[in-house]
Amino acid sequence: MTPPIQDKIIDENLKWARINDDVLRSMENPRRAYWITFAVCLAMFAVAIAAEIYQYRTGMGVAGLSNPHMWDMYIATFVFWIGMSHAGTLLSAILHIIHAQWRKPIYRFAEAMTTFSLMTAGFFPMIHLGRVWNFYWVLPYVSDRGIWPNFRSPLVWDAFAISTYLSASALFLVIGLIPDLAIARDHTTGWRRKLYGVLALGWRGDDRQWRNFRKTYMLMACFLIPLAISVHSIVSSDFAMSLMPGWHVTTFPPYFVAGALYSGCAAIMTLFIALRYFFRFEEYMTLNIMEKTCKLTFAIAMVWSYLNLIEFAATWYGHNVYDKELLIDKAVGPYAGLFWLMIFCGVVAPFGLCFEKLRRNMPAMLVMSVVLQIGMYVERWMIVTPTLSMAHNPHQWQTLWGPVVEWAIVFGSFGWFGLLFLVFVKLFPSVSMYEVKELAFHLKAEIEEEAHAAKHAQGEAHAHGPHGSLGGGGVPVSAPAAPRSGKEGS
Amino acid sequence: MAKHQVLAMFSDFDHAIAAIENIKSGKMPGATIEDITVLSPIEHPDIDNILGKRPVNVQKFTFTGALFGMAFAFFFISSAQASFLVQPQGGKPVIPFPTAFVLMYEQLIFWGVWTTVITFLVLAGMMKKRGNLYSEKLTVDQIGLGLEIDDSKLEGVKEFFRQQQALEIREEKVR
Repeated sequence: MTPPIQDKIIDENLKWARINDDVLRSMENPRRAYWITFAVCLAMFAVAIAAEIYQYRTGMGVAGLSNPHMWDMYIATFVFWIGMSHAGTLLSAILHIIHAQWRKPIYRFAEAMTTFSLMTAGFFPMIHLGRVWNFYWVLPYVSDRGIWPNFRSPLVWDAFAISTYLSASALFLVIGLIPDLAIARDHTTGWRRKLYGVLALGWRGDDRQWRNFRKTYMLMACFLIPLAISVHSIVSSDFAMSLMPGWHVTTFPPYFVAGALYSGCAAIMTLFIALRYFFRFEEYMTLNIMEKTCKLTFAIAMVWSYLNLIEFAATWYGHNVYDKELLIDKAVGPYAGLFWLMIFCGVVAPFGLCFEKLRRNMPAMLVMSVVLQIGMYVERWMIVTPTLSMAHNPHQWQTLWGPVVEWAIVFGSFGWFGLLFLVFVKLFPSVSMYEVKELAFHLKAEIEEEAHAAKHAQGEAHAHGPHGSLGGGGVPVSAPAAPRSGKEGS
Repeated sequence: MAKHQVLAMFSDFDHAIAAIENIKSGKMPGATIEDITVLSPIEHPDIDNILGKRPVNVQKFTFTGALFGMAFAFFFISSAQASFLVQPQGGKPVIPFPTAFVLMYEQLIFWGVWTTVITFLVLAGMMKKRGNLYSEKLTVDQIGLGLEIDDSKLEGVKEFFRQQQALEIREEKVR
């Protein structure tokens, strides 16, 4: 028996021509909320530009960056954006390798999210430099003074890892887009047709192209998984390889990776709900897929919670006086409010995802995803700032809440990310048309096979009569596969 | 002798696969299964089995590229950091392998990914001019079977495709 529509990943009877039409129309005709969000993002970005100009003209003092707070919100935000990029890899690469069909309608925007959050993250080391015109100092180039970068520094590893991750994830996005760009090329007019014609690189969908495409996509997915893990491990090494209390922790790499996947999944939930509404994608971004995303997020939330507990336990029983004092101070000191906010948003709130009614309620899930992301942002901030506030030397202790300029730039980075993302989904298909067709095709074939097997079993039962094997109701071990019906006509 | 390209369009995979099976069993005059190109909006899981083994060599280049990236990183970092001229002392290695390892890992992936993409573009025949025989319906829901044949076989091939219930048959003289 086929499940009711609301319980399906997607409706397998979706006509292929309609999939093309729906997705291509979304690029022309979003709801008004799209434009309102676009305007809000633009305004947020303008705030950041103004704050950066002010900081540039006045100096880094306006961002509160002086001893002992040489790193602060900029680095916490950098870690946050790097982390957010990991969910794209999780959804597109890991779930691709394990053949999780439900990823197909939603992986495209998750991949775009990966690329754009990396582009946003890349700004923060530059902003943090203060002298932005020297931004290329973050790259491991051969210095004109004859001094090579220190290859033993995790900061140099960062530059290698992030540039590799950015180029690999951008290529992964572009390669996965090619068949859809060919669809867009064939069914649009004017400048769009020209643009997609160039970007589709002559895709015709012949068997040679499909064979090479499939292999290439799988190989890239295999590269992206260890790459994503290495990137956040290396980012965690920026902290873990120092001797600062609260940072010199063995579990930091897995803790960072779990946090990254967690915040990324929460971001996917937010963008899922937004795109579903903006582009009327109710038939593609279904409640069933939302449920699966929520369950995945909950599982990762529990891993992250466990790693938090491990870190606390290791500090508590480790008897390193600086680490222990810092942990106590986080819980009861000036940053206690944020610490408990992090625990609430990151550990307690995700239990809401256990309730099916909530998981199927889009406004509730929108609020939940924002709460989870707040928790994950505060987590990054709690890693960076309290350690610098309460390090080894008590005479240097200083509480810092982040001046307005710093807040404005961080706030504006969300606007910048939003702008990139919104422009992307307006220009390119945010739902993978060919993969949704494949999904519908396979679902239909599965249902037909099941129906055929059931019919066969019924026939067997009739043939054997009431005294046949297994009490007359035997189920055949295997049934011949029904012929695959191919596509649904337009 | 003049050559023609023919493209037969089918309404679904079942008809296209039936036609391929018939070509395989020698029912099409002047063409074999090796001459057939299947064009489709999605990748059908059974097409590879029906068409027979056709090679995909992307992974060989990927492997080579990844190895190159690893070696490149090692020599790049070694050349920047190695202290060949000083007497090794105080625990400082001539070539500090542990730090090089992280960057070798990153460069292995970097070069592996780029080589994979470039190889894909070449081996999949992207950006290659192939004549005008194409239909926009191939990116909607129809399946195409394409082949290149001699002028003398053209009518026989068209008749074969008509018998296989092709929705449309397009042809183009190539040379």
